[in-house]
Amino acid sequence: MILTATGITKHFGEAQSLTYALRDVSLSVDFGEMLYIVGPSGSGKTTLLSIISGILRPDAGRVVVKDRDIWSLDADSLAGFRLQTIGFVFQDYHLFPRLTALENVAIPLILRREPWGKCLADAGKMLQIVGLAQKQTLAPVKLSGGEQQRVAIARAIVAEPDLLILDEPTASLDGETGRKIVAFVKENILNEHRAIIIVTHDSRIYEYATRMIRMEDGRIVPGQEAVYEK
Amino acid sequence: MNGLLRIALKLLLNDRGKFATLVLGITFSAFLIMQMTSMFSGVLYQSSANIVNIGAKMWVMDPAVETPQNSIPMPDDVLDAVRSIPGVKFAVPLYVGAGLVKLRDGTYQSATIIGLDDATLFGRPKIIAGNILDIYKNNAFIVVKDSNYRMLGSPKIGTSFEINDHRAVIAALAHTSVPGLFGLPTLYTTYTRATQDMPSTRYMTSYILVQPKGAADIMPIEAAVKRLGYLALTDRQFVARNDNFYEYKTGMGTNILMMTLISFIVGLSIAGETFYMFILDNLAHFGALKAIGAKSTELIQMIMFQALVVGFLGFGFGVLLSSGLIAIAKIRIPNYAAMVTYGTLLLAFGMVGVISIFSSYIGIRKVTRIDPFDVFRG
Repeated sequence: MILTATGITKHFGEAQSLTYALRDVSLSVDFGEMLYIVGPSGSGKTTLLSIISGILRPDAGRVVVKDRDIWSLDADSLAGFRLQTIGFVFQDYHLFPRLTALENVAIPLILRREPWGKCLADAGKMLQIVGLAQKQTLAPVKLSGGEQQRVAIARAIVAEPDLLILDEPTASLDGETGRKIVAFVKENILNEHRAIIIVTHDSRIYEYATRMIRMEDGRIVPGQEAVYEK
Repeated sequence: MNGLLRIALKLLLNDRGKFATLVLGITFSAFLIMQMTSMFSGVLYQSSANIVNIGAKMWVMDPAVETPQNSIPMPDDVLDAVRSIPGVKFAVPLYVGAGLVKLRDGTYQSATIIGLDDATLFGRPKIIAGNILDIYKNNAFIVVKDSNYRMLGSPKIGTSFEINDHRAVIAALAHTSVPGLFGLPTLYTTYTRATQDMPSTRYMTSYILVQPKGAADIMPIEAAVKRLGYLALTDRQFVARNDNFYEYKTGMGTNILMMTLISFIVGLSIAGETFYMFILDNLAHFGALKAIGAKSTELIQMIMFQALVVGFLGFGFGVLLSSGLIAIAKIRIPNYAAMVTYGTLLLAFGMVGVISIFSSYIGIRKVTRIDPFDVFRG
């Protein structure tokens, strides 16, 4: 098991404006899984994703990633743990517009203090894997939405994380491109040493999930978990 | 270079508009700070020209004298009294005054006349043409060949004119290290001739130049002169008194200080605002970096490095611009009173440093407060 979350609770606001985003959520993810967390807006998907990836501290509960209770770590250790273990693909990509695609992809390696030349070489290889070898010197603004998404994926996997997290990966893409991207991720990036968690409400890409959980009102809806063939 | 700093540099340089605005803002500020303070340094330096050029260790003067430009003549017996003070190796009189020179073409030109002690010629300038002993010839004057020399019609040895209706003949040409502040040519002669030829007042001794026997004698000499009712200062003390006069009693210092502060505030505003905008533009990306695993200290390093780069560049360009302008001005206006000193450089550097620190501080505050969860929330 790469990830186990138990009894996760999270609320926002105080008194009158108190809102529970998550209520006693428990979840496990195994290596080789491509888990989809689906559900309507406001159901707590993003909050759960943030908590299990070590970005948002829960009010209660425990998250164990690769046998480490991540919320027992101090801020710097947790940042280091994320850097070593988790790869992120954000909904808006968050690529630096003033850097080239190659430099954007190299960022996790640079944060790991690897030599500049090695960072760029590895980033170049990763861009080749995602099919953008010819566009590595271009700035993100000169790339299409799908290409930007692939750069973001290359950045997320360049440091070879065990857990890859994609937040609404198809939100800014047309249906065809979205499907191609997710298919690409499943075929080329998912393996038995890695797990992928995707938060989405795009039903057009459900077919690529190995397992899917549905959330509503801060809870995982019982009986709605679907397991597909890996 | 560290990879993160390289990324920080690329982020900065590739945002050409903001980078140019930041560097220009700091350059402008550094330029103005340098220009203001260099002008003031130049004024102070040139106003001390006589002290530096004469080179006496100690100066005795009327206590009301604040600057070498204005002397109050002392009676002759003060010289004898000073000479009798223990610790005085020797003391000689000095005349400093203004003379009206009638040039051969009939025009008049004011000049600074310095009368050196006849016996010792103590405080004499460096002779570059002629012989110092020719100062003893009839009506002899030595002209200083500086930026104001041509005001006397560029006289050569043997050139004659009138000074206060007395005949004067140029006996030698000299060089002094510091030009005067008010752009007047300088003529040296003997004390006797100066006191004879210049408009006479009851007393004629402008200053008494004192050579103490040793450093330990300076304070007793100062005390003894004070008991005589006069003021004895070392050359450094006299320069400081002159500086103090220009800084605090003329309003010049206050004006320069205000202009320097305004330049600083202008630079601070431009750089601070632009840097803040630069950080805001990249804030979400910095948040993404945090989510990926960047530590706050690493982001702080990046921002401080960016601020340092623009600070150093702005300071460098500002100094270059200011020095260039001063150099050009000195070619066009030889007596232009501006001087780049280590002090002015240090002051400008300090102020640019504060601008950079302030700019990076507001960026750092913003970046350290961003919650990577906001990146997920969009």
